Amino acid sequence: MDKSLLSDVPQVAIWIARVVVIFGGLVTTAALMSLAERKVSAWMQYRYGPNRVGPFGLLQPLADGLKFLFKEELIPAGANKLLFRLAPAMAAIPSMMTIAVIPIGTLVIDGDTIPLSIAPGVDLGIMYMLALGGLAVYGAILGGWASNSKYSLMGGLRASAQMISYELSLILSILVAVVLSGSLDLTKIVEAQSHGFWNVFTPFGFVAFVLFTIASFAETNRHPFDFAECEPELVGGFHTEYSAMRFALFFLGEYCAMTVMACLNVTLFLGGPSLPFLENTPWWLGIPVFLLKAAFFLFLFIWVRWTLPRFRFDQLMRLGWKVALPIALANLLVAGAWVAFTTKGG
Amino acid sequence: MLQTYAPILILAVLVAGFALASLVLSDLLGKKRRSIGKADAYESGMDPRGSARLRLSIHFYLVAVLFILFDVESIFLIPWAATVRGLSAQGLGPVMFFEVLAFVGVLALGLAYVWRKGGLEWDR
Repeated sequence: MDKSLLSDVPQVAIWIARVVVIFGGLVTTAALMSLAERKVSAWMQYRYGPNRVGPFGLLQPLADGLKFLFKEELIPAGANKLLFRLAPAMAAIPSMMTIAVIPIGTLVIDGDTIPLSIAPGVDLGIMYMLALGGLAVYGAILGGWASNSKYSLMGGLRASAQMISYELSLILSILVAVVLSGSLDLTKIVEAQSHGFWNVFTPFGFVAFVLFTIASFAETNRHPFDFAECEPELVGGFHTEYSAMRFALFFLGEYCAMTVMACLNVTLFLGGPSLPFLENTPWWLGIPVFLLKAAFFLFLFIWVRWTLPRFRFDQLMRLGWKVALPIALANLLVAGAWVAFTTKGG
Repeated sequence: MLQTYAPILILAVLVAGFALASLVLSDLLGKKRRSIGKADAYESGMDPRGSARLRLSIHFYLVAVLFILFDVESIFLIPWAATVRGLSAQGLGPVMFFEVLAFVGVLALGLAYVWRKGGLEWDR
């Protein structure tokens, strides 16, 4: 039997390669999103946007990063110094860690199938995502509280109230995908949809998809739910007092969270790397298909931000508790009933 | 087990290293020019008045408590969601459905109670 190309490569090298490629891709996406945000908003407002650094301003994120590094780091008087310093890392680390269980597709090299995911075998992928995603709220509230500034405090409180309110409908809509595929493993959820029948094609899957998309906007503090950093009322919200790289980490964490949310949405409801109505999608097509779908949601984040006005905070809470939560509960019940009564023994 | 979670450990080291390195580098490279007023909290250009350690609106507390209640209940739904398809295939479909119907029913009663009591009104 012939040895395949990869059989001599130690497992650790493959692990590290996957971590570096995917984490690098995530950070690059987040950096490019900061450019895309300004470019798209500029086009929508009939401006050019950044176009001086590199072709089409493509090197702008790099220039911004360097500038952040060389700026002065201020700590406001009376701030809790330790928490103030730690909060940006606490906001950025969990949202970067959640990418680990997202299955982006598979690579076939010389007959070997390699899942393009940092940890493809985690059978509690959903739990991992929820547990780490829930930690991100600490960065916002501790950063806001530690700054010893009223704007920051209000921003941090609003961010945490909003994130926990929408986390409920987020979890309940994720569970619809779990019910339909019968597993908490994201790879298995994708496999269940790989025959061209995505979860979004079922009526309850569609409702869950819409709820998840709304909740993902609220979870990442994006328009029209960006009360944490609502400029006219709270200046910058919980990061009002932050400068230099500490501010940049909050920013990066937010864009990473958006990227992961977009990937999770694609994975749960839109079949991950598979094409609709096709029995099997070839592996080399899977990765671009996945990235295109995720890119659409990233564009949606920007599109909505520059199109819709901001809600009021009481409207946000009403939507979360009185509309999204009851619908999500009822929807989960309907999905459960359908699966319970139509699954035949086999 | 180790095989599965080792890559996550590698990622954790990389992410934490990235975050801490950028914080430390920025601390080392950034300017340090202190001046009067620079360390004041930003209050739209006015001198900051009073402490920012304010008492919070009770609403935030209420929302947090409600979240904990419903979150714990949604955690109980996770094992159900993961097993409903497999157990229904073994002919336990009706059991799986009516069990969760009772559970979600109690949950919905709780939500209705909070709603009725005005616990969900933000501007009251």
